[in-house]
Amino acid sequence: MIGGRNSLSGPVDPTANAGYGDEHPKRKGFFTDTSICIGCKACEVACKEWNDVPADHFDMTATSYDNSHSLNANQWRHVAFIEQPKRLGSQDPGLRPPEVTDLGMPSVRPTDTAGAVADGAGGTGVGAEGEKPDFRWLMSSDVCKHCTHAACLDVCPTGSLFRTEFGTVVVQDDICNGCGYCVPACPYGVIDRRKGPDGAKNVGIAQKCTLCYDRLGAGQTPACAQSCPTQSIQFGDVDELRERANARVAQLHEAGVMDARLYGNDPHDGVGGTGSIFLLLDEPEVYGFPPDPLVTTADLPHMFRRASAAAATLLVGAALAFVGRRP
Amino acid sequence: MAEAHPVGFQWVVEAKARGAKVIHVDPRFTRTSALADTFVPLRVGTDIAFLGGIVNYVLSNELDFREYVVSYTNAATIVSDDFLDTEDLDGLFSGFDPETRTYDTESWQYATQEQDAAGDDEAMQRETASAMQHETHGMQVEGQPPRDETLQHPNCVYQVLKRHYARYTPEMVARTCGVTEEAFLEVCRAWTENSGRDRTTALVYSVGWTQHSVGVQYIRTGAILQLLLGNMGRPGGGIMALRGHASIQGSTDIPTLFNLLPGYLPMPNAQDHTTLEEWVDAVRHPGAKGFWSNADAYGINLLKAYWGEKATPENDFCFDYVPKVSGDHGTYRTVLDMIDGKVKGYFLLGQNPAVGSAHGKAQRLGMANLDWLVVRDLFEIESATFWKDSPEVATGEIVPEECATEVFLMPAASHVEKEGTFTQTQRMLQWREKAVDPPGDCRSELWFFHHLGRMVRERLAGSTDERDRPLLDLAWDYPTHHAGHQPEGWGEPSAEAVLKEVNGYEVATGRPLSTFAEMKADGSTLGGCWIYTGVYKDGVNQAARRKPGSEQSWVAPEWGWAWPANRRTLYNRASADPEGRPWSERKAYVWWDEEAQEWTGHDVPDFEKGKPPSYRPGPDDDGVAGIAGDDPFIMQGDGKGALYVPAGLLDGPLPTHYEPVESPFPNPVYGQQANPTRKEYSRAENRMNPSPPEEHSQVFPFVFTTSRLTEHHTAGGMSRYVARLAELQPEMFVEVSPELAAERGLENGGWATIVTARAAIEARVMVTDRLTPLRVEDRVVHQVWLPYHWGQGGIVTGDSANDLFGISLDPNVLIQESKVGTCDVRAGRRPSGADLLGLVAEYQRRAGVDHDLLRPIVTTGPGALVDDEGDETPRPAGDDGTDGHDGHDDTSGDHQ
Amino acid sequence: MTGPGQHRADGPEQAHPDDERQTTAVIGSAGGRRPRRAGGRRKHGPGIEQVVPDAEFTSYYGRPIVKAAPWEHDIPAYLFSGGLAAGSALVAAGADLTGRPQLRRTSRLGALVALAFSGAALVHDLGKPSRFVNMLRVAKLTSPMSVGTWILTGYAPGAGLAGLAELLDLVPADRRRDGVLGSASRVLSWVDRPAGLWGALFGPPLAAYTAVLLSDTATPSWHESYRELPFVFVGSAAAASAGLGLIGAPVHETGPVRRLAVGGAVLELVAEHRMERSMGITAEPLHEGRAGRLMRAAKVLTAAGAVGAALSGRSRALGVLSGAALMAGSACTRFGVFEAGIESANDPKYTVVPQRERLAREGPRHFPE
Ligand SMILES: Nc1nc2c(c(=O)[nH]1)N[C@H]1C(S)=C(S)[C@@H](COP(=O)(O)OP(=O)(O)OC[C@H]3O[C@@H](n4cnc5c(=O)[nH]c(N)nc54)[C@H](O)[C@@H]3O)O[C@H]1N2
Ligand SMILES: Nc1nc2c(c(=O)[nH]1)N[C@H]1C(S)=C(S)[C@@H](COP(=O)(O)OP(=O)(O)OC[C@H]3O[C@@H](n4cnc5c(=O)[nH]c(N)nc54)[C@H](O)[C@@H]3O)O[C@H]1N2
Ligand code: SF4
Ligand code: SF4
Ligand code: SF4
Ligand code: SF4
Ligand code: SF4
Ligand SMILES: [Mo]
Repeated sequence: MIGGRNSLSGPVDPTANAGYGDEHPKRKGFFTDTSICIGCKACEVACKEWNDVPADHFDMTATSYDNSHSLNANQWRHVAFIEQPKRLGSQDPGLRPPEVTDLGMPSVRPTDTAGAVADGAGGTGVGAEGEKPDFRWLMSSDVCKHCTHAACLDVCPTGSLFRTEFGTVVVQDDICNGCGYCVPACPYGVIDRRKGPDGAKNVGIAQKCTLCYDRLGAGQTPACAQSCPTQSIQFGDVDELRERANARVAQLHEAGVMDARLYGNDPHDGVGGTGSIFLLLDEPEVYGFPPDPLVTTADLPHMFRRASAAAATLLVGAALAFVGRRP
Repeated sequence: MAEAHPVGFQWVVEAKARGAKVIHVDPRFTRTSALADTFVPLRVGTDIAFLGGIVNYVLSNELDFREYVVSYTNAATIVSDDFLDTEDLDGLFSGFDPETRTYDTESWQYATQEQDAAGDDEAMQRETASAMQHETHGMQVEGQPPRDETLQHPNCVYQVLKRHYARYTPEMVARTCGVTEEAFLEVCRAWTENSGRDRTTALVYSVGWTQHSVGVQYIRTGAILQLLLGNMGRPGGGIMALRGHASIQGSTDIPTLFNLLPGYLPMPNAQDHTTLEEWVDAVRHPGAKGFWSNADAYGINLLKAYWGEKATPENDFCFDYVPKVSGDHGTYRTVLDMIDGKVKGYFLLGQNPAVGSAHGKAQRLGMANLDWLVVRDLFEIESATFWKDSPEVATGEIVPEECATEVFLMPAASHVEKEGTFTQTQRMLQWREKAVDPPGDCRSELWFFHHLGRMVRERLAGSTDERDRPLLDLAWDYPTHHAGHQPEGWGEPSAEAVLKEVNGYEVATGRPLSTFAEMKADGSTLGGCWIYTGVYKDGVNQAARRKPGSEQSWVAPEWGWAWPANRRTLYNRASADPEGRPWSERKAYVWWDEEAQEWTGHDVPDFEKGKPPSYRPGPDDDGVAGIAGDDPFIMQGDGKGALYVPAGLLDGPLPTHYEPVESPFPNPVYGQQANPTRKEYSRAENRMNPSPPEEHSQVFPFVFTTSRLTEHHTAGGMSRYVARLAELQPEMFVEVSPELAAERGLENGGWATIVTARAAIEARVMVTDRLTPLRVEDRVVHQVWLPYHWGQGGIVTGDSANDLFGISLDPNVLIQESKVGTCDVRAGRRPSGADLLGLVAEYQRRAGVDHDLLRPIVTTGPGALVDDEGDETPRPAGDDGTDGHDGHDDTSGDHQ
Repeated sequence: MTGPGQHRADGPEQAHPDDERQTTAVIGSAGGRRPRRAGGRRKHGPGIEQVVPDAEFTSYYGRPIVKAAPWEHDIPAYLFSGGLAAGSALVAAGADLTGRPQLRRTSRLGALVALAFSGAALVHDLGKPSRFVNMLRVAKLTSPMSVGTWILTGYAPGAGLAGLAELLDLVPADRRRDGVLGSASRVLSWVDRPAGLWGALFGPPLAAYTAVLLSDTATPSWHESYRELPFVFVGSAAAASAGLGLIGAPVHETGPVRRLAVGGAVLELVAEHRMERSMGITAEPLHEGRAGRLMRAAKVLTAAGAVGAALSGRSRALGVLSGAALMAGSACTRFGVFEAGIESANDPKYTVVPQRERLAREGPRHFPE
């Protein structure tokens, strides 16, 4: 409901904002440290197994090792793979020593080949002087952000999407009517209406990460975090995770990995900070994240004012049309 | 490691968090490289040159950990004057017989050592891959070989080593491996700077090193380096052989190998081991030193475990009942024998050779020529369906209506549906509870074999035929319990009862043994696998211990149980200096407690507890007493780490670079091209691509290698048939560099055909910077990479990379060279049906291997360049070829 | 053999071998080389580095960042029919109050059909009728769809009853004297004017809320248009309903709708023009591809319809033609805006570039405490 300070934007405790009393648990979330992700996809599979999410696409995308494509109704965790002609910290990627590329080898990949970020970042970047090109392979496991201000939840007309006592955002399968409104509302492109496969449960219903609501209720760690071998996915209290994330990014900066940056940890940002915080090694859009997302409902009061004005214009216009002189 | 052992990789990430530097050496940039500090791409199959270069760097700069090397290795030991090195013989060692392609190891011995005549039929050793048994059983050393602790004697191992590797200069390494000198030297510096008193470096390898025709020597080179740098037996050091399947370590400990019995006891052979004593002596070598001297007890306890009360001192504990090997019964020989109609029936359990074994076509043609085949698996895998849907059906080589093999597919219970142990990389046994009942008719292996044995014995009951005695006399009385809907008499055998028998117990009282030292050679105790004794200590299933790491010391001795005797680090006596003091405070692990007069520390000391560092054996002491107080390598005859191996390996006492069997390059180091002692079966099914000095090697200009994807498991039975895994990597693909793509017109996401003299397969193309062309010998070589997980079955299907390989094997362990071959790569899909055969035939013709199957294997010295018929020789005498080695054996399966 | 746990006590106090080197688990941390620093970086908040937008924008394999609404053509069809219903209710009420029976009948029946069509479209989109009912469980101001559902729910009885009354009027008088039809027609005759007015009251919000429905999403071309889109939509609703009136009513009754047509069309065109100017790069999809063709058609049809309407004081035929053009123009606007939104969601450029531009202009957002 509209009302209450920062109920649509700005820093707020989403659980309290949703009307839970003082006795609710601390807000839970993830800190995904992509700098130690090894792209094993255990998180993807564990999520599907635990939540009975169907497997439905068996085509190779030829975009590095990412064959799960994106977050969607049948993919609540998605691991991105990015091959880039950039250097990772002081890593020595060792590829293409100058003697080899000097031998008249073609130095730039054919334009139609993927394997790097599709736009703008192609090319092996072998320097004109035969300088050793840089290379790095970024991996990152994406998930629902469990936004402080969750557009999906705000716009849901049935109340199917709700804020749990853990501050997370969950779809109630039996209430969702499949209107699909949450889908374009999410600024991260997370939630989606399940299209298939035939026979799967909840076809036509909006689906996304529940932050393993059932496991949380039983005092357990979400399946994806539990299965992550390198602790790239860390689960815990959001407050504490934010601190951990800040410490980690500082550590990386100190070690010379200046690319490291946090995403979603600022409670003052466009969605009031996310419940899933990420440490990224490149711009967000490289990973398929929006660089500066905004919860759409932050503008909603303004929208309604504009709509009211328009409605009034229509009413007045119509009235004027009739009260005018008979032709 | 991140790719195939992601869970283990957490410790690498943790080590990095503690400041460790990670270097990854691999032909291609993988998920491991992504997190490594340094990645060094090298030409596949050249690691001995790379490591040899580091050995040279260490020796020529005297960077070895001298005190450790002098005291703990055989560096000071003096080698016979007769020994001639590859330096002298252009890539061969002394004693080579080009006829049999074996070495007489006489000249390799330490000065004054005599070769023990018995058991050294090199041809038989080569045939049965049993030379290594010397090594697993410790090199036998009698008396006191001369030593020069100043390491100056021209024939001391140190100097021999130095001369042997002098040729492996940075330039040579760069020229051979395709790495830059700069990258190579960086690895040298990092490794040596991080080794010594205060620091240790761990070496981790897996099948990228083993699956070569010189695989064993790869690991030997690693061992030499780690010994020179003092990294063995110490915390944070060692050589980590990352094992494969969940319990592949367990299946070498209690082996599924034709030439080994449990606990690394050698399988007796029909020729040399006709009595118990002959067999036992061949293991313990009376007069030799080290812990193998108790082999009689280990062997007799095993026989007692097999035949129970029927095994008595009077009948040699039923030693006669033990089957004896008479030659090569490895999985590849057996498959060829199937093709030749010599094998009638076959049990296939938990293996999918139609996809997973080298030379897929030979595998399938072999199985299609059996009378019967039992497959126990979780799914209806390719090895059960080959007769109706293999690629050979499309080409007409197998006609389903005519294929006579009767396939019995039996559903197996998976690991979560049965109890038992896993033994993992660190030799640790972990007990696994049954989580759920197996569905339908699925049953455990234990159930299957227990009841199979019971039924066979019931059939044979009353037989007076001598040959049935071994079966009828077996102790086959495991308690069963009823699970689910199994009918009366068909219960599940108790896995704990089996574990107790494996552990061993006192026959009279049933009291479980707590250490193998309690094993008696008189029949009063029995035990199925001496190295596992202790796992059921005090009647407690020690493997089931799960005390959290936070509640115990950092060595975590109470998590599971590791053999031997719950030691977590082998040879850990080496973590203390010769006087028994830790090399440094940082690296303290096991040390001599002067006050208590015993060894103590964080781990269970791998040494006699009360033997002081100052102990010196008398000149006549043998066995355990022959090991001095400062000899940490207690399984070795001289207690020393072996830099040089006078006996135990078929292909040389020192690792030397040989080219892969298929290579576009002549060996840059020596005239001998590839491992001269390798096994190669020259026959029509097994044509090899030509390599220098043969002509036409340019027909297959590229090097290919195969390995794993995190997303799939081996032959795909457990991943391609499971939707949530299958979708992660849904199609067979080939990784190529942008440069090769440009050269061959390959498009990312398009198709390519990969051709060898055996097959042509198709794959989707992945163009990636993770593969880089390398400059080798002033030429640029392109390497392509293929995962080997696909076959025609399951949810996602594709051509099998193993169809590309021929069969050539490491002589020591008979592992196949499935990490490297040469090929051609063409844009577009492959033809199908008869046209496919035509394409391959065309390549064979161009390569000149269409009718000429013989080729030179020895390429230097006397006998060089003579066409060799390889190992397609008549089998050893007494084998009429009809005894059909029925059964699942997997010699080559997983020697890592 | 030492028992587990004991060996700690008798050894020297010992930490893990590597404890003292607690540095960082970072790639390349142990190597000595300094990383390169990319140029053009400005430090903005704690731990956040921002980069002046690249000339070339980057994305993840060109894949969409936000998800396009999973809606089929039911929804733009509904946008049109909802607008038509809304405007028609207003026109019908005006006609009723000013005594224009033909216009009233046309508009009331139009509203009724449009309402039925809207309902059908929505239910089709949801899959089954019961799912519509789910929305009546709650009233939620943050959800324009919820708000719209209630507006529609409010509108439906008024417009419905008025429409039914009109429908009954079509039945010959002798057939609706007694029986069910008789009682119905008596009741309806009392309520038809209040019902019509009630429907008219809900007309303007019904016409306007659909703009919020689209704008209140992360779909770039919809969200960015939120200031003007309501005006485009009410203009479009007015033009379409006036167009219907032009088609169905005789010339002597169409005076108001001719004015309404002109007013609505002008409002729509002007608002649309301003909207495009204010949308930055997200206006692009309105010019390109199918959406672009639809939007161009909409402009031509609407403008022509308006001119025709203005001139149709004498000619019924011209009125009919102009009315059809206006209705078609309105439909094109709805489909065009809808399609442009879908396009903008599917191309990550429209998500990244405006956000990057904003960041470059204003830095990271900072919503105060
Ligand atoms: N996900 C997954 N995990 C697995 C398995 C699986 O199938 N899938 N299989 C299990 C089994 S059975 C095993 S044995 C292990 C195997 O584990 P690994 O040995 O780690 O597996 P591979 O991927 O076969 O090979 C490792 C690397 O060796 C490289 N390589 C190939 N040739 C050479 C060479 O000549 N020199 C060097 N330096 N590198 C080379 C390959 O490029 C590859 O990156 O994994 C186990 N774990
Ligand atoms: N080209 C190439 N070839 C290779 C390798 C390579 O690197 N390159 N690697 C080699 C290596 S290291 C290995 S280990 C082999 C592996 O090759 P295989 O062992 O032939 O292949 P898997 O797919 O592991 O076969 C195991 C089968 O056991 C079944 N299974 C699982 N659990 C059970 C059980 O409890 N009981 C029974 N009865 N069945 C069970 C699975 O469904 C599966 O089909 O491949 C080798 N081949
Ligand atoms: S990321 Fe999207 S789906 Fe997740 S809570 Fe935020 S708005 Fe909802
Ligand atoms: S699809 Fe379901 S969850 Fe999404 S907005 Fe509609 S009712 Fe809510
Ligand atoms: S928290 Fe649970 S539902 Fe969400 S991605 Fe992880 S496993 Fe899936
Ligand atoms: S489980 Fe962890 S390491 Fe593996 S892909 Fe997911 S986040 Fe990365
Ligand atoms: S599959 Fe099993 S054994 Fe292999 S890494 Fe994963 S958990 Fe470990
Ligand atoms: Mo393996």
